[in-house]
Amino acid sequence: MFWTVTLSLLEGFWGTVKLFGLTLIFSLPLGLFISLGSMSRVKILQYPIKFLIWVIRGTPLLLQLLVIYYGPGIILKNNWWGSGTSGRFVAALVAFVINYACYFSEIYRGGIQSIPVGQYEAGQVLGMTKGQIFRKVVLLQVIKRIVPPMSNEIITLVKDTSLARVIAVYEIIWNGQSFIKSAGIIWPLFYTGVFYLIFSGLLTILFDRIEKKLSYFR
Amino acid sequence: MSILEVKHVQKSFGNTEVLKDITFSMEEGTALSIIGSSGSGKTTLLRCLNFLETPDGGTISVRGETLFDAGLHEKAGDEEIRRKRLHFGMVFQSFNLFPQYTALENVMLAPRLLSEEGGKKDEEEEKIREHAEALLGEMGLSNRMNNYPHQLSGGQQQRVAIARALALRPDILCFDEPTSALDPELTGEVLKVIRRLADNHTTMIIVTHEMEFARDVSDHVIFMDDGRIAEQGTPEEVFGNPKEERTKQFLSRYKGSTE
Repeated sequence: MFWTVTLSLLEGFWGTVKLFGLTLIFSLPLGLFISLGSMSRVKILQYPIKFLIWVIRGTPLLLQLLVIYYGPGIILKNNWWGSGTSGRFVAALVAFVINYACYFSEIYRGGIQSIPVGQYEAGQVLGMTKGQIFRKVVLLQVIKRIVPPMSNEIITLVKDTSLARVIAVYEIIWNGQSFIKSAGIIWPLFYTGVFYLIFSGLLTILFDRIEKKLSYFR
Repeated sequence: MSILEVKHVQKSFGNTEVLKDITFSMEEGTALSIIGSSGSGKTTLLRCLNFLETPDGGTISVRGETLFDAGLHEKAGDEEIRRKRLHFGMVFQSFNLFPQYTALENVMLAPRLLSEEGGKKDEEEEKIREHAEALLGEMGLSNRMNNYPHQLSGGQQQRVAIARALALRPDILCFDEPTSALDPELTGEVLKVIRRLADNHTTMIIVTHEMEFARDVSDHVIFMDDGRIAEQGTPEEVFGNPKEERTKQFLSRYKGSTE
């Protein structure tokens, strides 16, 4: 029984990891664009983006998943996600990407704005272009400052993926829970925690390494 | 011909007029000190020369070439400003070294980027390194070249910043209160370096609160008060025999505080 459960959970865990990885791939760059927009001096760009960030951070991710999955069908009378497994996965991915891009954008913004203006001015008086100042002076300092909050957020994402089962996306908790009905046992559900722990443990080690790597300067 | 000519420069922040009709010139190979109380506009004037602030009126010329003309400034693009800036070097009160680079890399960064743009990165790399090492050597930092800024004292950091500014061979080197952020026991080593630059006839503008140093090191002194040049002349004239009431008051306050 233990091996049957483990195999089933591993299969579910693959769904978790897929959702996690794809969310990161899309939300990390999207978050950068959102943060640049939220810092823009062009008000018609800045205000809508600040509004979006407010809505996304101000409502539960669970609710956002439901709105994004059911919204098109109910409001536009056109369920463009389809009814299949992959359609539900894509809907969940879209919800996660938007949600996490907004959180990441605020972390980026904090990092960029924490760089003292003197760093930009020193670059300017040395005849550097804006692009050179960003790439050669500011970027690495920003990365160093955002690694701790980013690692926090990314570890939260590992666990947040379990919310996707509200629109029937298969992930590890879904599989763990199914044993309650099919075999009348609850321990597989508790067992899923081990998978989360190992995964977030590995991420913690990774981020500690990155932090150490960047500790050669202050 | 004067190396620098500043005419009728005016600058306001909101409703506050910070610089009022500033006009002065300086000769190549001389050191000019700007003194005055906080808020008198000294730092703003220096920042205008370095294009960190844009004056609202007036002109700035170096070696006869007009770098800035308030009437025309709207048309100057980023690229043009960037090129004009290279006439000036700037040493900040708070050093502003790049923390992720060693002392040597800090000095080499800007020359490297310029030679990269010129497409001569590989040919010039060795020259740039030698120049940077020589500059740091002159600053007494030969054994600190591979240290990161946080491993250096404030005085050492400021000396790296001076080398960094010199690396681009500016026509005029500007100092914005270079010792104000330093512990008293560290100001000496920075002032010594600036003094040696003056002895070698580096053209310099020094905004400072160190009166004795200004008196010693400069060929010309400007006393600023409330956004205006209240008095200017040789150090002997301004310090020894000030004509304006405001200058006398200011200097006597300084004497009082140091004795």
